Amino acid sequence: MFQRTAVNERNTRVQMLVRLLFGMMTALLVLPVLIILGLLIHRGGPALSMEFLFDEPSNGMTAGGIMPALVGTVWLVAVALIASVPIGVAAALYLSEYAKDNWLTRAINLAVINLAGVPSIVHALFGVGAFVLFFKFGTSILAASLTLAVMTLPVVIVATRESLQAVPQAFREACWNMGATRWQTIRKVVLPNSISGILTGVILEVSRTAGETAPIMFTGAAFFLPFLPESVYDQTMALSLHLYVVTTQVPNVPEHLPYGVALVLILMVLALNAVSIGFRTWLRGRKKW
Amino acid sequence: MGSANTPLATATSLAIMTRDLNLWYGDFQALFDVDLDIKSGIITALIGPSGCGKSTLLRSVNRITERLGYVRTGGSIHVHGKNILDPDVELLQVRRQNGMVFQRPNPLPLSIRDNVTFGYRLHREERGRLARAERDRIVEESLTKVLLWDAVKDKLDQPAIELSLEEQQKLCIARLLPMRPQLLLMDEPCSALDPQATSAIEELIWDLRGEYTVVLVTHNMAQARRASDECIFMLMGRVIEHSDTGRMFVTPTHTETADYIEGRYG
Repeated sequence: MFQRTAVNERNTRVQMLVRLLFGMMTALLVLPVLIILGLLIHRGGPALSMEFLFDEPSNGMTAGGIMPALVGTVWLVAVALIASVPIGVAAALYLSEYAKDNWLTRAINLAVINLAGVPSIVHALFGVGAFVLFFKFGTSILAASLTLAVMTLPVVIVATRESLQAVPQAFREACWNMGATRWQTIRKVVLPNSISGILTGVILEVSRTAGETAPIMFTGAAFFLPFLPESVYDQTMALSLHLYVVTTQVPNVPEHLPYGVALVLILMVLALNAVSIGFRTWLRGRKKW
Repeated sequence: MGSANTPLATATSLAIMTRDLNLWYGDFQALFDVDLDIKSGIITALIGPSGCGKSTLLRSVNRITERLGYVRTGGSIHVHGKNILDPDVELLQVRRQNGMVFQRPNPLPLSIRDNVTFGYRLHREERGRLARAERDRIVEESLTKVLLWDAVKDKLDQPAIELSLEEQQKLCIARLLPMRPQLLLMDEPCSALDPQATSAIEELIWDLRGEYTVVLVTHNMAQARRASDECIFMLMGRVIEHSDTGRMFVTPTHTETADYIEGRYG
């Protein structure tokens, strides 16, 4: 009565094949990540030391450490975050919570998405024209960070908007029906329930910002600068650019050095992500639904 | 105050008084010349088949309908003598004083305690933190009034969403009370609940009678009969009959009312 039929056989066979195929694709996806990490640890690991982290480059950048680049990247990311997170979150709140759904809003949303698709070298040129020359910030952390901020704004806006829209509409209506203003609704119900999603957007932004090279190349990152930046008007070294430089521009660099730089860059991004993920988990635990 | 052809005295003694109330969703007219006098302090049930306009009527008293951009409202809706469609009326006050309860309990994603004080905090005059003593008093008073205090007094910090549907619905009523509403507008408050929960909510509504004016939209004839003082029967956007509940169910004056009550359509 419940015997297996030829049709069952065929369906099961197809299902096994599909499962195998999808599994292989997943492996293909994970493999490069593991290889990259493994290679970096294997080749760059020996380069890591206290001196590597806390010294400045020496001998025409073939020896010494990466301190100025490390500190420079922290500066660039921090200033870019300070500029882009408030603007991005506020814009997303406006688009999602205040703006009427009309052609203008839709056009703005489309523009935001398109902005995310602009190549980073184009952002670099924009940064030179706008921040370095027009606003006369010169090549500086400020100009480079603002360029990075413009480039990553769409990521923040899109991520924020999506997490805002994941908050059930019924919560908003319950607030409005008691005479809450839009802002009261946002502050007391919408934001507390979307903050973890917004943080995800910020994490993505941090990772991307830390690794970008093109936008900072002409706007504020220096080839070699043996001291630490003191204000946003200084130029600075940066890990990403330093990696590019020691890999392609400087002769006779020992092999482990670029791998060490890359490893530090990746570890820094991972550490930032870990902190944010921890924070996010903590916030989720406080959620009341 | 008051429309031109109505004496003020009558207007104020009524909880809700509509005159020539017409409402359109775009081109579709949902309410036709609704003239209603709903008395203060009693429970009035709104009955009628789906799409007859009873929910629309209820929602227009809280002016929720306006949230859909394409709604037009004509005529007047006086609540305790003041036309809430007048230009000098503050919408936030309408929402505050004409409290709504919905079919699906919609507690906020907050603790039970914060749900109760939420509306109160929205409209509080003083800035700064709500004093603990005041907060606790409000929470206990409101939850006691909706017969929920004993069940939840030891877990006020827990998420409201974890309560049973019946308890959630009671909480949704409780959170309106600290705002001192003039009306409690309930849109099928029991239709997501099982029979036991339904009778618990009905009991509660009956308890609130006298202190609050309750308007209750319901699909449930038995509920309308059990839990209301007056009953309004609507059909195709018009009020067909408005009378004492007992009389409507025993001797309806219109054949449509009789047909509906006896379940010949609906």
